[in-house]
This record gives sequence, C-alpha cells and structure tokens, in this order.
Amino acid sequence: MKRLFAASFMALLLAGTAMAEPAAGPDVALADPVAESRARDLFVDIRCVVCQHESIADSPAAIAADMRALVREQIRDGKTDAEIRQDLVRRYGDYVLFTPPFRWGTLILWLGPLLLVVGSGLVFWGRSRRQKTATAPLDSREEAALAEWISPEPSAESDKQDI
Amino acid sequence: MIVEFGSYALILSFALSVFAMGMATWGRIRRNPVLAGAASAGLLASALAIVVAFGSLIFAYVTSDFSVANVALNSHTDKPLLYKVAGAWGNHEGSLLLWCLVMTAFGAVLGLSRGLPFGLKTSAVAVQGALSSLFLAFAAFTSNPFVRLDDIPVQGNSLNPLLQDPALAIHPPLLYAGYVGFSVCFSLAVAALIEKRVDPAWGRWVRPWALASWAFLTVGIALGSFWAYYELGWGGWWFWDPVENASFLPWLAGAALLHSAIVTERRGALAGWTVFLSILAYSFSMLGAFLVRSGVLTSVHAFAVDPERGMMLLAILGLAAGAALILFAIRAPAIRSMATFAPVSREGMLVLNNLFLTAAAATVLLGTLYPLLLEATTGATISVGPPYFNAVFTPLMAVACILLPAGPLLAWKRGDAKGAVQRLRLALVLAVAGAGLAFLLFDPKKALAASGVGLGLWLVFGAIAEVAERTKLARAPFAETLRRARNLPLGAWGMALAHAGVGIFILGAVVETTFKVESARALPIGGEISAGPWKVQLKDVKIIEGPNYLAEQGRLAVVDVAGQKRERETTSERRFFPAGGQTTTEVGLDFRGLDDVYVVMGERTATDAGEPAWVVRLYWNPWARLIFIGPALMALGGLVSLLDRRLRVGAGPGTRRRKEAKA
Repeated sequence: MKRLFAASFMALLLAGTAMAEPAAGPDVALADPVAESRARDLFVDIRCVVCQHESIADSPAAIAADMRALVREQIRDGKTDAEIRQDLVRRYGDYVLFTPPFRWGTLILWLGPLLLVVGSGLVFWGRSRRQKTATAPLDSREEAALAEWISPEPSAESDKQDI
Repeated sequence: MIVEFGSYALILSFALSVFAMGMATWGRIRRNPVLAGAASAGLLASALAIVVAFGSLIFAYVTSDFSVANVALNSHTDKPLLYKVAGAWGNHEGSLLLWCLVMTAFGAVLGLSRGLPFGLKTSAVAVQGALSSLFLAFAAFTSNPFVRLDDIPVQGNSLNPLLQDPALAIHPPLLYAGYVGFSVCFSLAVAALIEKRVDPAWGRWVRPWALASWAFLTVGIALGSFWAYYELGWGGWWFWDPVENASFLPWLAGAALLHSAIVTERRGALAGWTVFLSILAYSFSMLGAFLVRSGVLTSVHAFAVDPERGMMLLAILGLAAGAALILFAIRAPAIRSMATFAPVSREGMLVLNNLFLTAAAATVLLGTLYPLLLEATTGATISVGPPYFNAVFTPLMAVACILLPAGPLLAWKRGDAKGAVQRLRLALVLAVAGAGLAFLLFDPKKALAASGVGLGLWLVFGAIAEVAERTKLARAPFAETLRRARNLPLGAWGMALAHAGVGIFILGAVVETTFKVESARALPIGGEISAGPWKVQLKDVKIIEGPNYLAEQGRLAVVDVAGQKRERETTSERRFFPAGGQTTTEVGLDFRGLDDVYVVMGERTATDAGEPAWVVRLYWNPWARLIFIGPALMALGGLVSLLDRRLRVGAGPGTRRRKEAKA
C-alpha cells in the first residue's frame, strides 16, 4: 500500500514537470513501466499524419509528440489498445495505422504471399510426382544393355559430375 | 564551354547507343561479325562519351558554375570539395547521369567480353544498346543536367544538409552498380529468348553478372541503411519505407536469380525460371527508379520528385519490361528442362529457396504498391508499414532460413534427407542451446527473440557444418582436412560466408530490435542519463564553426553504469546550415564491442531552476554492429564466389577439378 502511494506521488511529480517542460522537451513517460511499454508498442504502429512514412515513435514533429501524449493519456484513462486504435481510426481514417485493416479490399495484400507459396509449392510437388512416374525403372533387358555400355571403363562424363 | 561539351557528349552517347543497337541488330540478321564488332565498339564509345559528360558535370560542380541550373539548385561555394563532387549525383539529373554511366560501363564490358557465342552476344549487345538508349534519351531530353540559366545567381541553393555526408560519395555509385548491373542479366535473358537458347552454358554466363550486381546492391543497401541509422538520429536502420522497399525488390529477385542460375548451370533445369528472374531483377530496378523519382509514393528518402518525368520512366519501364515479358510468354513454353530431380535434392531445396524469395519479393511489392492501387480503385487510404511486413514477410523468410542449411548438404538429383539432418545435428544442438541461453540471459525474457537468436545461430553453425563436412573436419587427419580446405572451390567458401552472413544479420536485427533501450531527458552541463548498462554525462557544449555550418557541439562521456569499463568520449552536434536555413543532428556513436551507444543532443531548453539544458536522447542498441557486418559478409561471399575459376567465362572444367573428382 505504501509503495502504491509512492508510485502515485511520483506520477504527480512527473505530471508537474510535464507542465513546466517547454514543448520541445522530451516526452514524459508513464509512471507504470507496463503501461509505458504498451504505449511504445502502439507508437510504432501509428503513423505521424504530417510526416512521410514515419511512425510517431520515430518522428521529431510536434504533432507526433501531441499524438504520443494523446495515446499516453488514453492509456492512463484505462482504455484498451483496441479502443485506442479505433479512436485514432475514427479521427484520422485507416491511414493512421501502419497495420492495414483486414477486410475484403485487403485480402490479397494479407493472404497473397501465402497463397503464392502454397500454390506454387503444390504445382512443384505435383510436377515432381508426375516426373517420378514418367521415369519408370528400367526393365531387365534395358538394364543389361546399360551394363554392357558402361562396363568397359568409367565414362568421361563422370568427370563432369560435381563434387 | 566545358558544360556545352558535356551536353554534347551526353547526346553523342545516346547516338552511339542507338548506333550500337542498330549495328547489333543488323549484324545479327546478316550474321556479320564486322557489324557486330562495330556494335560492341559503339557501346564502348557510348560509355566513354558518358565519362566525358559526367566529368564535365563534376567540373561544373567543383568550379561552382551557377550558370548551370543543376549546379545553382544543388551546390554552394562554401560546400566542402567532397560534397561538391558527390553533390553532382545528389539530385535527380545528376543521379540519372550516374545511372547512365554505370549502365553504359556494364554495356562496354559486355561488348568486350569474349567467349560468348556470336548470336547470343550480338543479340545481348542489341538489347543492352536499346536499354541504354532509353535511359540516355530520358537523361538528354527530359533531365539534362547541363541546362544553362539566363539569370545567373551569385550563390547556389546548396545541397540538402542531410545528404552532406561522406556516404553520399559511395552509397549511390554502389547502389547503382547493383541496380544497373542486372541490366546485363536482362539483356542476356532477352538474347537467350531471341536465340531460343537457354542451356547450362547460358546459366554460367549470366551467373557472374547476377552475383556481381547482387553483391554491389547488398553493400549499397547496407551502407544506405547505416547512413540512415546515424544520420536521421532516431536509431532506426530499416523502416519498410517505399524507397527502401524499392531497393529491396531487385535485391530479392537477384538473390533468387543467383540461386536458380546455379541449378541452370549445373543441372540444366529451371532454365525458363532463371530467364524470368533475370528479366524481373532489372524490371524491379526500373520500377524502383520510377517509384523514387516520380513522387507517387511518400518516403523519407524521396528526392527530385516530378510527376511528368515519372510518366516517362513508367513508359520506359512498360516498354522494356513489357516487351521482355511478352517475348518470354511467347518463347518460354519452348524452353525445355533437361533434367529431372526428386523433391528432396539440392535442386529441390534451391526451388524452395526461390519459392520463398519470390514470395518475399511479392510481399514487398504488394506492401509497397497496394496502398496506391487501393486508393486509385476504391479511394480508400491505408498505410502499410512495419507491422504488416513483420507479420507476412518475416515468417516467410524464417521458414526459408530454417530450410537453408540443409540445402548445401543434399546431393544433386536425389538427396538423403536423413543424412543431411544427421550432419547438421551438432549445429542444431548448438543453435537450440544458444536460443535457450538467449532466453535465460536477455532481459526481458522474450521467447520469440530467443528463437530468432537460435535461427541466426542455426545459419552460422549450419554454414560451418557444411565446410566441416566437405573438409572432413575432425573425421580425417588434420593434414587431410587442410588439403581439402585448400582444394575446396572458392564458390563453396563464398556460399558458406554468405549464408553465415545471413545468420549474423538475423542475430543483430533480432537482438537490436527487441532489446534496445531508449531514454531522453533535458540535461544541464554535468547532467547524466542512462539507458541499459550505459550512462552518459554531458560534459560541455560549445559553438563550433564548420566549413558551411555553425554547430552546437556537446561533449559527452560514455561509461557503463557498473563503472567497470573505460570511459570514452563522443560528440553530438546540432548543425545549422545558413545556406538553406536547415538544421541537422550529428549523432554521437560509441562502438562498444558489438553494441552501439548512440547519443543525440537535441534542442536547448532550460531546467526548472533556469539553468541552460539540452534534450539528450540516449539509445543502447545491443548487437547493432552485426546488422551491418552480416550484409558485408554476404557481399564478401558473393565476391569470393565470383573469383571461382569455374565462373570465368571460357574456363572449362579445370585440372584441379578433375583431380578432385578422382580423389
């Protein structure tokens, strides 16, 4: 109980310095390390809306700092990650998340590569099965003929075999 | 005067490329070696003319000739000489000229090469001439860097300060050597389709070009990544940014190509596929040029954006890639695979490698273009960023990497899976043990990251196991091992190096991304900040004057929290460039073993007490060094393979190999 008290006091203290801090200053992390790491995981997925392909985790822009503060505030308010994402999408559109939504329009985006691997894998497998049946084993007469051809000396071909 | 000379040389180079294309086509139809020789000479002369043009542009930059629009827009008299020279290719027109320089240089080497059959070589020269003509026409008629200004400014606009870095001198040339090197593979592929000849010999001819281009591209991309890492100032090295993706696409296609070319060369199989990849690799290079220069995509790296030129590049891409792919569609059914093989065999594994690399390239392509296509068709805007690639690209590559070490241990045609697994037993045990150790030792405990470490170790030990197997390490007397190691073809060493490089890269990438620690605070003089096991103290801040900038330079002492290692000093700067009014940060990097201590000194603020303070951000990037050593090893592996005498065109099965075969 005492520890909890100390933690909330620290949080108050940090909130106090946040106000004194000029805007260009560094972010104020959440007091709870678990909440803070949640915030950081979210930052990576959120696009800075004025930047060129940068997440708010990376962007030095002022709006990115505002967005980070907003996310931290919502975490402090006890919102879940999903709620925070939804809220951002409601404000800025799907564009704001680096994870594209999963819906009909993005089906090819999400599943295309997997289908490509599985599909071409199956084609390859099917073809190599067909090849196997195509090269039937030699019958005894062919076997004998082959033995006659190759018996006198190892053919020069074997030199070309790779080691 | 020299500038007009350069402009003239550029147009001359274009004319010579057209000449080479025409002569080669005519010579091929008439089967006339004199005409074909003239074509090769045309490519060489075209390259020499571009050297003159390029030299003139650099001259204009070095002498700060602001009557040239390109120089006035991108240079400044105060700029250090290195950036005056390198600045010549720090913009659209100049970099396009560099592209043409590399392109015609490769064309000249192709023209001078011996040992190729007449038909194939002449057709390839014709195609290479056509490709050069397209790009030279683009440079000369829409992006001429020699255009003069009517009103000559007294001073230039200077170069974007972010680009004013020694890396600008080497990164673009290496990158372009990679991009454009694939043009020769493209030409050889189209020539093979024209000649209807795709055989093991063709595989052998195309492989060195693929290997060299891929090695250049590897170094080029890694260098660019390292540059972004220390220049942008937030410690990231790969952002899955569209421009990065654009460079990654030909790399992936090239990696697939140099593996499938092995199968074509050794076994005569996958011939059509190798041709397709040769076309694809350069098409991706051209696509990259289009994406970067047209401005259809937003990116942190985009420069020289111009939609009109974008349309021209799209036309070039459509014409070259389209024609090649149509020809492929017509001729490919006639390409017969000569060899059959079981699914479990060296060939089978290389097919899998190609499957995964192609799927990986498809992922990158989809991720890069999908937002554009979706917006164009439905108007919906989405972003595709790191989480998508982590979810789709990474698992694909992980599976490919799990399979990788088994490949080289399987025999051609029909392999012994059980035997391969047995020979990899020790590597597997070590990798699993390493993953377990990583799980226990790294804090916080992360199972996924530990598996990543295991995967990296698996590749490294797998590569060692492969060499050990072939040299009979610990199974034969040491002298025998030594003799076998000496006789091991350079190709085998190169492969082991490159595969180990992939593993080392994975180790670095996984550990750095998962365990890096970041912290930021406003520090007064004497203030301290710590991240992970490292502590940094701001010693002092002074104003310094650079050649074309003013800077606040912070001196920072780096020491470990436990106080056991030697204290070292590093500096971080905030530079202000009056010429363009921009500010950049220079990162302070302290290399500690495999780790980086990365410090950025930001804006000046004040503490609560009113003392002056600076916002200092400190990153501890564990094992960051490996991220860049890995690709260096991959490229070195490519280089070593390239020196293998078996790859030298015209070198038959050498005496050494014959001896080995008997042994």
